[in-house]
Formats: sequence, C-alpha cells, structure tokens
Amino acid sequence: MLIKRGPEIPSSEVTPESVYHGRRTFLKKAAFATAGLATAGVAGPLTSSARPQNPGWNRPPAGPYNTDEDLTSFKDITTYNNFYEFGTDKDDPYKNAGDFKTRPWRLTIEGEVRKPAAYELDDFLKPYKLEDRVYRLRCVEGWSMIIPWLGFPIGDVVRKVEPTSRARYIEFTTLHDPRQMPGQKRPVLNWPYVEGLRMDEAMHPLAIFVVGLYGKELPNQNGAPFRIVVPWKYGFKSCKSIVKIRFVENEPRTTWNIAAPNEYGFYSNVNPDVDHPRWSQKFERRIGEFRKRRTMMFNGYGDQVASLYTGMDLRKHF
Amino acid sequence: MTQAQWIRNIFKPLAFLLCLSPFLLLALDWYLEQLSANPIDDVTDTTGTWTLRFLMVTLALTPLRKLTGWNWLIRFRRMTGLFAFFSVCLHFLTYVYLDQFFLWEEILADIQKRPFITVGFASFLMMIPLALTSTDRMTKWMGGKRWKRLHRLVYFIALGGVVHYLWLVKADTQRPLTYGAILLILLGSRLWFFWSERARRAIPVATAK
Repeated sequence: MLIKRGPEIPSSEVTPESVYHGRRTFLKKAAFATAGLATAGVAGPLTSSARPQNPGWNRPPAGPYNTDEDLTSFKDITTYNNFYEFGTDKDDPYKNAGDFKTRPWRLTIEGEVRKPAAYELDDFLKPYKLEDRVYRLRCVEGWSMIIPWLGFPIGDVVRKVEPTSRARYIEFTTLHDPRQMPGQKRPVLNWPYVEGLRMDEAMHPLAIFVVGLYGKELPNQNGAPFRIVVPWKYGFKSCKSIVKIRFVENEPRTTWNIAAPNEYGFYSNVNPDVDHPRWSQKFERRIGEFRKRRTMMFNGYGDQVASLYTGMDLRKHF
Repeated sequence: MTQAQWIRNIFKPLAFLLCLSPFLLLALDWYLEQLSANPIDDVTDTTGTWTLRFLMVTLALTPLRKLTGWNWLIRFRRMTGLFAFFSVCLHFLTYVYLDQFFLWEEILADIQKRPFITVGFASFLMMIPLALTSTDRMTKWMGGKRWKRLHRLVYFIALGGVVHYLWLVKADTQRPLTYGAILLILLGSRLWFFWSERARRAIPVATAK
C-alpha cells in the first residue's frame, strides 16, 4: 500500500513557537508603533511611562505559570494603578512617580534567618534567573488585568537565606519616604505599607519577586524597583517598592487589615463566594472589556494553590 | 432689556450651557479615549460627583441670596436642581446598565445588602418627586406651602449623597468629608437665618403688647 506523504514544509517557513504565541502581542506592538509614529512628532520625546512596549519581547508560551489570555496593554497597566504612596487616584502613581529614585536601593533581609544581610539591590538580584510570568491580576475593587511580569520565585530567595525553624511568615515592607512618595504625607494608611505571606504561600512557585514587566525594567508606578506578585490573592497583597523582608514567627499585621479588619483579611485570597462587606466579589471587569465576567476561585489558580488552604474555613480566614 | 429679560434670554441659556459642560466634556473624553483604563468607573465617578456638586450649588443659592440681597439668584435654583437630577439619572443608569448590565438580582442584592447603595438609592428615589413637581404648574397645583414642605426633602437627599460617598471610599475620606463640611455650612446657614429671622420678628410682637 502506498502512503502518500504531504509536501515537506521547509523549516524556514515554520513560524517559531515564540512568535506564534506572541502573535497577539505582535499585533498590539504594531499598533503601538503606529501610534508612536503618529504622535511622536507632536508630543516630543516620549516619557518613560508612555514608551511603547519592548519591541524585542516575546510572550512566553502558555503553561501552568502563564495564561494565554489577551494581555492588558502596557499603557493601561502603567496608567491605572492603586499605589497610595503616590496618591489615591488611579492616575496619581503615573503622574507622581516619574522622579522616584530606584537606584541605589537598599534591601535588608532580617528576622528569623541564618543569613540576615543588607544588600544593594543589584547585588542581591545577581544570582537569580529572571523569567516571564503572564498572570491574572484581580483588584479587590472588582477589576482585573493580564500582566506579563518579569521576576523569579520568592522560594529561590527563601532557600538561599535559610530561615530558622521559627520562621512561619514573611513580612514585606515598602519604602517610607514622604519626600519622594507624596501620598505618604497624608495618613490615609498606616505608613509604611506592610504585607505578609505564610511561609508555604511564599514558597509556592506562583509567588514571585518582580523587577519588570513586558520584558523590561519595572515602571516606577508599578512598584519599582522590586516588588512581589501573588496572583491568587487580591492585588493589595502584592507589596511594592520593597526595602525590607523580615522572617517572623507570628502573623504580621498588614496595612489594609489594620485599616479595616472586617474588610481585608490576612489571606485575602480571591474568592467570588466571600463578598467584600461593601460590594460583591462575584464579578470583575477585565480592563479593556465592556461586560463583566465571573471571578474565579483563587483567581483561576485553584488547581495549584487550593491545597495550601485545606481544612481552613475561607469565610473565616478571608 | 429689563432684568427679567436679561435673565431669561441671556443668563439662563448661558447657565444651562455651563451646567451641561461637564457632561459634554465627559462624552468628549470618552469619544477621544481620554478616560482611564476603566472608563465605566470614570463615568460613575463623574456623574456621582456632579450630582453632589449640583446639590450643593442648589442649596447654596438661598443663603447666598439672603447674604447678598441678590434676589435674582433664586431664578437659577430650579435649573441647578434639575441638573442634579439629570446627573443622578445618568449615575443610576451607568450603574444599572454599564456596571451591572441589568443583572437585577445583583442590583436588588446590592440595594439590600450594601449600605452605601441603600443610602444612595434612597436619595435617588427622593429626588424623583422633587423633579416631577418642579414645573410652575405643579407648584401652583400643590400650593406654595405644601410644595415647600415637600422640597425640604433636599436636605435629606444631600445628606444621603454625602454618606453614600463616604461609605464607598476605601480609605481616603478627604473628598467625601469635604462635601460633608460644605453641606454642614449650608445647612447651618439656614438654621442661622431661621433663628435670626425669628428673633427679628419676635421684637415687634413684644413691643406691640
């Protein structure tokens, strides 16, 4: 029997996988480039925030750590932010973080670790291998984005600094510098901003330290130079502009929890079944979309993280 | 032209355009994509804020008139009041249509369960009879006294609006408290005028005896 073979496709004509997976991004990039050309002449030099996305960047293929959903535009990610250190309006961080100094940046690791130390950020970062992570971000206010972060697992650091047996939580602290962070001049929140994770949450491969997005340096308004991202929790858990990482025995007192303990729990896992006392968490608006969509348990990461909370009453530990 | 003609032919149309401008600007910003990444929230915020502003302006006209003696101010009160109603209608429609997309179950649950929505909705409902009785004919039909009594609802409406705003913000209460302070001054000035007028009226009665 003769089996006919189809025509061979020369390998030069096969679209590389990275390009194939980056096709939407490519279209967006093309749109950005066109927009850039159209406005560059009149708008003068583009500011760092308005710079088009990194042209050399390719979207990572879909996988357990990367969703294949449409990316939120660089413009939306960098102009619509909750970062109260720079003001409480959504565009305040974009407007006020331009001159924020992210180098030199001192970072200390302290508390229950065998190797406490103070670092210059760039020295601290050297041993870690950066990777793209395309995550869903769900804000407690009811909107969401798809953001391609650049970072590395928090667990990589934890293993290196060797926590003692008493370390059960990690506490993260944002820089406190009202001269640079005008939002800190008013006591809207209890400054400096403090967030925390249980050790097993921090060790989960989805929980990452972040230094960039869209494959390049993190814009100031997104928490530069160094932040965490914990995609199955509401956005405010992902502490920005971190200067201190402290390993502790007891559950840290976190900023939003102090501000309103009945509204913002320590865990703050995305959960459509537990409403914020003042609004429903059943739905969310994906930025760029018109109709709301249903919010997913653990922001869609349930398969990977639900086991961290086995036996816990998530209504009580909200 | 007489003063009345100036007001009717020139200043009222100008005031109308001025009052309309925030909504025209909002529509223009939407069209030109100048709003934020979450334009629906922007529309909700803008129409809500302007409802409060128009309510404050409406409540400011009477004390301002008494303070300055400019009686013509009162002729703009219906317009600013109706613009507050126009704004709150847009605000409510934005919530029902753009935000909740006619999910009536969710909307009813919100009204029942969320105090800030309960208060806001109650204020919105109270504004409806005021808008309906804003015409000359309705005023005449009701009679001045009853009309006045009904329209005192505006104090509760404004209070409800400020509370609605205060209860919805996450942490930064500066703006709602500013509106609260303005409202306090406006309502306080009414009490002050009320008492001083009563005191003035009381004196001739005393001498007559």
